[in-house]
Amino acid sequence: MKTWIALFAVLLAGCGKKTSGPGGSSVTLNGSGSTFQKSFQEVAIEGFGKANPGITINYGGGGSGKGRQDFADLVTDYGCTDSPYKPDDKAKAKGGELLYVPILLGAITVSYNVDGLDTLQLSAETIAKIFQRDIQKWNDPAIAADNPGATLPDAGIVVAHRSDGSGTTHQFTMFLDAAASGTWKLKSGSTVEWSADTQAGNGNGGVAQIIQSTKNSIGYVDLPDAKASGLKFAAVKNAAGKYIAPSAAAAQAAGDGVEIKDDLTFVSVNAKGEAAYPITAPTWCMVYTKPADKAKGAALKKYFEFMVGDAQKLVPEIDYAPLPKPLQDKALAAVAKIQT
Amino acid sequence: MAIDLRGKRAHADTAFRWLAFASAAIVLLVLALIALTMAGRAVPVLDRMGLEFFTSRRWSPADGRFGALPFLWGTLYTAAIAVALAVPVSLGVALFVTQVAPRWLRAPIVYLLDLLAVVPSVVFGLWGVMVLSQHFGLGRSFLTAGVILAIMITPIITSLAREVIETTPESEKEAALALGATRWEMIVGAVWPHSKAGLVGATMLGLGRAMGETIAAALVIGSSLGQVTLDAFAPGNSMPAVIANEWGEADELHKSALIALAVTLFVITIVVNMGARAIVERSKR
Repeated sequence: MKTWIALFAVLLAGCGKKTSGPGGSSVTLNGSGSTFQKSFQEVAIEGFGKANPGITINYGGGGSGKGRQDFADLVTDYGCTDSPYKPDDKAKAKGGELLYVPILLGAITVSYNVDGLDTLQLSAETIAKIFQRDIQKWNDPAIAADNPGATLPDAGIVVAHRSDGSGTTHQFTMFLDAAASGTWKLKSGSTVEWSADTQAGNGNGGVAQIIQSTKNSIGYVDLPDAKASGLKFAAVKNAAGKYIAPSAAAAQAAGDGVEIKDDLTFVSVNAKGEAAYPITAPTWCMVYTKPADKAKGAALKKYFEFMVGDAQKLVPEIDYAPLPKPLQDKALAAVAKIQT
Repeated sequence: MAIDLRGKRAHADTAFRWLAFASAAIVLLVLALIALTMAGRAVPVLDRMGLEFFTSRRWSPADGRFGALPFLWGTLYTAAIAVALAVPVSLGVALFVTQVAPRWLRAPIVYLLDLLAVVPSVVFGLWGVMVLSQHFGLGRSFLTAGVILAIMITPIITSLAREVIETTPESEKEAALALGATRWEMIVGAVWPHSKAGLVGATMLGLGRAMGETIAAALVIGSSLGQVTLDAFAPGNSMPAVIANEWGEADELHKSALIALAVTLFVITIVVNMGARAIVERSKR
């Protein structure tokens, strides 16, 4: 469904601004992909446009899969994704050598709706059991063990998940696969084999809506959407054994503890560090090292410098975590490799 | 002059014949190419899963296992609910408009029904989500999808049924009435035998439309995995809805599985349409 919305957005964008600058030196850049960072793209594009009136940027969203496909097929000038290409697919990218530029980190909350239960602590094991329906009641001993002293209702748990294939599902299941490896049986991916007695919503907003309107429900929603819907969310036990509530700061702390590969890809779930929120997802934008069009190349370099530079200040306002300093330095070094 | 003109005419005739032939050929060619490329891309998953693709209830992209049975079931079940709800209403409306309603009322009713047919399906879908599933408490389920699909196919079946019923010769209807038949007896005795075949065809076309509907179904069916049940209140899933939901983030094998679903849907629709034709042909005799 996201694909259609994105298509529509691209069409709209196409009909919209066609005015060229006075010097005729206007450049239009098109990007698509990750919806996880769409709100960041929106504020970044707005901020960038003020300083660079000659450059128009359209970001179509559509999901990470679409972002990777469009970018590989040279349909877009840059693509954004929450997970890197598989090695085979990376080789098929038509523009040659590409760079992964980390953009930001975001927390995925485990949000719930239980009357009278204002704080909740969950370990990865317990979350795994809840989401694969091994635990069906809120007053299960496993939940009680995570929440000493709490009064848990004798009510059935309603599990909500994504109906559309999603990077959020992928990161959430990667976390369970890593942190509750003995317990979690559904593996990880953009769609996993949820039990039939669960509910599905479209997009983060769809899941948030189910949780909001269903008593005793639980689901995974990214932090901005959970906050926008006024949901309560659990503190999740991290690799260091601490229960950490999701926040921009805790997500950034997770970024401090990750192992960064040479191509700047990394896994940020279940990161080490006392203050790290364990269900933290990364997201990247991709650009070719040698953009075919020189004018576009220069504009792309400028925009990428802005995204990992000045625009990082805008990130906490939209409830995401900016890049930790070491990662930001590496991102800037990567952007410098764009040849114009 | 006259000979000249004839020459030109012959030219125009030949050109027209070829143009018409080319148009017809292009339609067939496009259809064949679609079927061929789709079938080709469906091979990897069918190769891996074999017949289990159609019989297994497990759809686990993360595991590389694809069983389409729940989606096949959902498609057929919701379409069946839709037809069961839509056919009686459609026939009633068609008979009302053609046999019962006063002349001045016919045009407005037909106009309103045709209007219902051009409402975009996403509008029905959103209405279903907001009103049927939340307000009326149907939730998102097979039944909600069936009701939405029924509303969507009612104008199609009605308009075809109306045209079919109108082909009943006036003389036969008047003959029935002249013999002292009531209006109901006239409908049963004169209209029904004449339009039976056409009505079956209209129903089948509605069925085909209901099975292929994507966005409205995707919004209200519930998108649950592995559901094969007669419980109409349970959340389910259908083939077009799964394709729409999962295509964006699918990897290679997953995409192949979604294409295989599309091919299956394609084949089922063709079979339904051919079945409709066969029934129509047989009842004509």
